[in-house]
Amino acid sequence: MKEIILIKYGELALKGLNRSTFEDILVKNLKRRLSNIMDFSITRSQSTMVIEPISKNPDMEAVKEVISKVFGIAGFSIAAACEKEIETIKKTAVKYLEDTLVSFKTFKVEAKRSDKKFPLKSPEICNELGGYILSKNHHLKVDVHNPDIVVTVEVRDNYAFIHGNQIKGAGGMPVGTSGRAVIMISGGIDSPVAAWTMAKRGLVLDAVHFASPPYTSARAEQKVLDLLSKVSEYSGKINTFIVPFTEIQERIKDDCPEELVTIIMRRMMMRTTEKIAKKQGCSAIITGESLGQVASQTLPSIACTDIVANIPIFRPLIGMDKNEIVAISRKIDTFDISIQPYEDCCTIFVPKHPKLRPTLDEVAEAEKALNIDELIGIAVKNTKFVIIDASVREN
Amino acid sequence: MQCYFDNSATTKPLNSVVKAMVKALTENYGNPSSSHKIGDDAANLLESSRKSLAKALYCREDEIFFTSGGTESNNIAIFGAVEALKRKGKRIVTTSIEHPSVSKCIDRLSEQGYDVVKLPVDEYGAVKEEDLFPAITKDTILVSLAYVNSEVGSVQPIKAAAKAIKSANAPAMLHVDAVQAFGKIKVKPSLLGADLISVSAHKVHGPKGVGALYVKKGTRLVPYVLGGGHEGNIRSGTQGVPGIAGFSAAVDEIKEDEIKQNYEKVKLLKKKLLAELKDLDNLVENSGKESIPYILNISLIGLPSEVLKNYLSEHGVYVSTGSACSRGQRSVILTEMGLSNERIDSAIRISFSRFNTEKEVLYLAKMIKQANNTLRKVKL
Repeated sequence: MKEIILIKYGELALKGLNRSTFEDILVKNLKRRLSNIMDFSITRSQSTMVIEPISKNPDMEAVKEVISKVFGIAGFSIAAACEKEIETIKKTAVKYLEDTLVSFKTFKVEAKRSDKKFPLKSPEICNELGGYILSKNHHLKVDVHNPDIVVTVEVRDNYAFIHGNQIKGAGGMPVGTSGRAVIMISGGIDSPVAAWTMAKRGLVLDAVHFASPPYTSARAEQKVLDLLSKVSEYSGKINTFIVPFTEIQERIKDDCPEELVTIIMRRMMMRTTEKIAKKQGCSAIITGESLGQVASQTLPSIACTDIVANIPIFRPLIGMDKNEIVAISRKIDTFDISIQPYEDCCTIFVPKHPKLRPTLDEVAEAEKALNIDELIGIAVKNTKFVIIDASVREN
Repeated sequence: MQCYFDNSATTKPLNSVVKAMVKALTENYGNPSSSHKIGDDAANLLESSRKSLAKALYCREDEIFFTSGGTESNNIAIFGAVEALKRKGKRIVTTSIEHPSVSKCIDRLSEQGYDVVKLPVDEYGAVKEEDLFPAITKDTILVSLAYVNSEVGSVQPIKAAAKAIKSANAPAMLHVDAVQAFGKIKVKPSLLGADLISVSAHKVHGPKGVGALYVKKGTRLVPYVLGGGHEGNIRSGTQGVPGIAGFSAAVDEIKEDEIKQNYEKVKLLKKKLLAELKDLDNLVENSGKESIPYILNISLIGLPSEVLKNYLSEHGVYVSTGSACSRGQRSVILTEMGLSNERIDSAIRISFSRFNTEKEVLYLAKMIKQANNTLRKVKL
């Protein structure tokens, strides 16, 4: 039986004249992600794309897994394609959905007839097919208001497509339609969620992580790479920069007032990130900050860190509660990695009582003890580069 | 230079162990329960391995039962003993610093209504003999103690526990978790008065995934791993012959007269290390004088355990942190010993093997000093 994939756009469908540019990027993303699983062709019509496998017996579970993580898709269905003839449609539907229907109690049939030359009208298709499904599945009942499964027949130009419930897509905008930004990733719960959220808005991601061995362990670094790998299942390739931060942190601890250690560290991170961002052609910085969550995320603290970078800073989680952030991290499967107990550089040398309302003047004064440009220059020079990409499966 | 000082976590298998295992995998691959030539060969290997273990544990061959390791030996011993004696009493006596493979079994029994007494330990991690006697009453059915504690090396008064059982006229079995003691000090059931003794292969330069339980002749355990009745029905499942052969090869190299010599050698290594570190004024020894020299737990106040461990690891020296650094996950053992948080949070465990050398110890000392001088201290 011939299987195809029907893809429904998300927000893309709302675009005007530049829509095809967005579509082109979506097609490119799909091709890149699916090409290791199968050969296929993509055709577009109205707000739908049809992916038609050319390979014999492609791994549809893998296809499903991949497509559900491509941004720009509202929903998709894996469908059987058959000849546009009602008896064939009936037989194909019952056979194709045999295993699926076993686990449901109620159903209804929906018909979409874009080929107006098809002899039966939509309600007639529903009647015919509904009756036939019932006669072959005695455990099922029809429920037109709240069915467990909707069996859909779409009669199109060349084929009739038959499928069960639509699978939810990742939504958002295709990655690559909004430019490139760098995420500051720590290993906690928030930053991977922030990265995912902005990739959903079409950004290509780079990542910067600050490592302070031996205060932080090799496993803490591995944890960050694992988190990015999860995010890259959605975002695609992430160019990752591991910045050695030990010396900067030691200098801050030695030479700056204890209660300002965290805020100065954040400013140094921001400066370093900006430098890497500009070098990489990133137009924004993304952080996982949430207002008031910790001392470095109070409004005065954010004001102190914001000002050192001349580049837009996106804080997609700024207005979210921790439980909302956790819910997303569970959804994108980063939560269990985030809660592994390895120290990250944000938690070392943390003062017992950090200043909650630092003023710019006092922070700037305290920083005079540091040779900022030199320290950052050395850190950037010794930065390690890794490419993270779990979105393309290895064969 | 690579120096491995985490021998209480696991040890490097001896060459003879690897060789014995390869032989078992390639030549003696039969199922010891099969009654043909290939099966018989495997059965012979199994039984000669049992003989090695029996010799090392000063017991009869039919008192040795192979398991998948220390954890399983402890589980089988504890659940099996309590089930067998459940009509004779409800009391279980143990310590507050047991390995999770003991303490979690006993916690489960406590939830099921058994009356559990967890004896406190002193500041060096040892149970006081005088606490044992009142704790062990005539309705006590199990006493479970580790011979040597895994984090600080403290030695528990096993003989006193055996005497306390006798003097209370208790039906109790005495279970000894000897995983950290075996191969390092003499573990002789008759001297200890133990009914059940757990040992593990990978702590004595054998392979992972194999251990043994000594069960004193005439002791009834109710099995809880059910199946084909292997290992005297105490632990069903086709025996892992290659691992067992490796275990036996490792045990064969622990000669009775060498245990004492090795002990003295390691004692000197420990002494050397402490002498090298004597000028560090933030160093505190968490292991007591009575601890076995193989396990040395120290704190460098102000240097979090993880940080020191990471530093040493970067320099090719491997030790372990007795406790996870994250708050709320402090070592149960060090906490029970009543140590301050700053000591617990900076504790590391250096665990020796008889193969460590003085040169390695000097390098370890050098690296600890270097870490202490260069790394920034924190208030814990």
